[in-house]
Amino acid sequence: MSRTPTGEVDERALRALVPQVLAGMLRRGEDFDAAEDALQEALIEALRVWAEHPPGDPRAWLATVATRRLVDARRSEAARHRREEVTHAEPPPSPIEEGDDTLFLLFCCCHPDLAPASQVALTLRAVGGLTTREIAEAFFVPEATMAQRISRAKRTLRGRRLDRPGDLAVVLRVLYLIYTTGHAGRVDLAGEAIRLAGRLTLATEEPEARGLLALMLLNHARLPARLDAAGRIVTLDRQDRGRWDTREIAEGVRVLQSALARGRPGRYQIQAAIAALHDDAASAEETDWVQILAWYDELIALTDDPAQQDPAAVLARAVAVGHVLGAAAALRETDRLRDVLGDRHRWHAVRGHLHELDGDLPAAGAAYAEAARLATDIAERDHLIRQAVRARAAPSCRHRGDRPQRETPPERGF
Amino acid sequence: MPKYLLLKRYRGGPEPHHPFPPMDQWAPEDVEAHMAFLRNVSRMLEERGEYVGVHALTPARTWVRYGGPDAAPVTTDGPHPETSDLVAGWFMIDVESHARAVEIAAYVSSEPGPGGEPLYEWIDVREIMSGPPADDDPA
Repeated sequence: MSRTPTGEVDERALRALVPQVLAGMLRRGEDFDAAEDALQEALIEALRVWAEHPPGDPRAWLATVATRRLVDARRSEAARHRREEVTHAEPPPSPIEEGDDTLFLLFCCCHPDLAPASQVALTLRAVGGLTTREIAEAFFVPEATMAQRISRAKRTLRGRRLDRPGDLAVVLRVLYLIYTTGHAGRVDLAGEAIRLAGRLTLATEEPEARGLLALMLLNHARLPARLDAAGRIVTLDRQDRGRWDTREIAEGVRVLQSALARGRPGRYQIQAAIAALHDDAASAEETDWVQILAWYDELIALTDDPAQQDPAAVLARAVAVGHVLGAAAALRETDRLRDVLGDRHRWHAVRGHLHELDGDLPAAGAAYAEAARLATDIAERDHLIRQAVRARAAPSCRHRGDRPQRETPPERGF
Repeated sequence: MPKYLLLKRYRGGPEPHHPFPPMDQWAPEDVEAHMAFLRNVSRMLEERGEYVGVHALTPARTWVRYGGPDAAPVTTDGPHPETSDLVAGWFMIDVESHARAVEIAAYVSSEPGPGGEPLYEWIDVREIMSGPPADDDPA
């Protein structure tokens, strides 16, 4: 496993060993911060020497080298501090069984005391085995900044008990965050999130973990069709469905079915079911909006006051309402969200879509233009400008002269 | 080699060469041509080894100042948001000379607008201060 035919180290296989080795060290009572640093050094060493000298047992090699680094570090520390730190009591043996390494480590990295950005960074390093440089590149920050974020996170964890079961909901949220931020950078964070979620499903029976994995697979399958050759966003209804990854769709559906079979649907399973219905349509016209709306009804039933507690779900549901009950009903649904989402580009973009569905192209153009003004992503901003221009240039646009002149600054594009 | 920011603005700067409507009121093909031109600027700079970075800013602005001890920060989006200068984004370049920075800025300013006509947009060229000199100053 340590060698690929080209003689290069198989980094993916190497990184897959990280949770097992790190968890082993933590169960021995090692400090998370020091153990994780030592393991990172061992990984860098492995990348350096394995191509020439592949080990017989890669996992044992990593554990040995990491432990040696840990001992080295402790020795120099002890020399400095005259052993002050070494007298702390041995932590009680961990009740967690071998084999739950991934789950155990995810609970550490997604500790509720950490901010989301820190949970993400620590998860990618300690569970995903990415280097600090790779994580920094993925988030477009200097390596020193990311190194500091990671060491501050580890300092926060120092002294916290890490042997108790953590909050799985936080873990799922962190993995989904990694997935959703993972489409832009050079490092394939979306793929990494899927890999981590896959490992999580081996460690827990929780159907929502499977639901999350299914959701990511079913959305990721459409990624090849999401942008055209010039990098422009292609909306779902215009995508070339032949470019969707059918293998990923089949896998996502299989995982989703195994989750739903447990009879405890949650928000990830429901969103995955919606994604599956989109994936299942041979053309945009064949989309089963009635079923999609039914799933959205379940989704918003999860909260007591969906407009306040889960406005994004209510907004997404409005699109389905538009396709099932008509645009007028859907626009009324979005009206309820004006106070909560009125300053967000997504709210205006959905209304643009609904006005278009309604045949009111001037209103669609104005809504898309406002959405473009509020967008915070260049690809999305450019897409919304195109939507506005398309709506305004359409032949049935007969109210050209009545368009209200807005106070917004001219969009020169950038 | 000196580094420069080529700043583009939503508003402010010298009197525009000629007025033009907001981009969402352009013809679709003009929008495409404009966006393709700007993509091409980045590619051209990269190929010539002059590219450092490109960033766009959203038009939302908040002015903030220290509120004093035990007071919340003071914020405003005024006083005259419609007349004040508002940066839209920039190219950062690393070039041989000021003359080359001016040349690139003029090229950016020739970006196509409605009807394919150049926008003649004013570009603000600002040199970035460098680090300390390697040699001692004889003065």
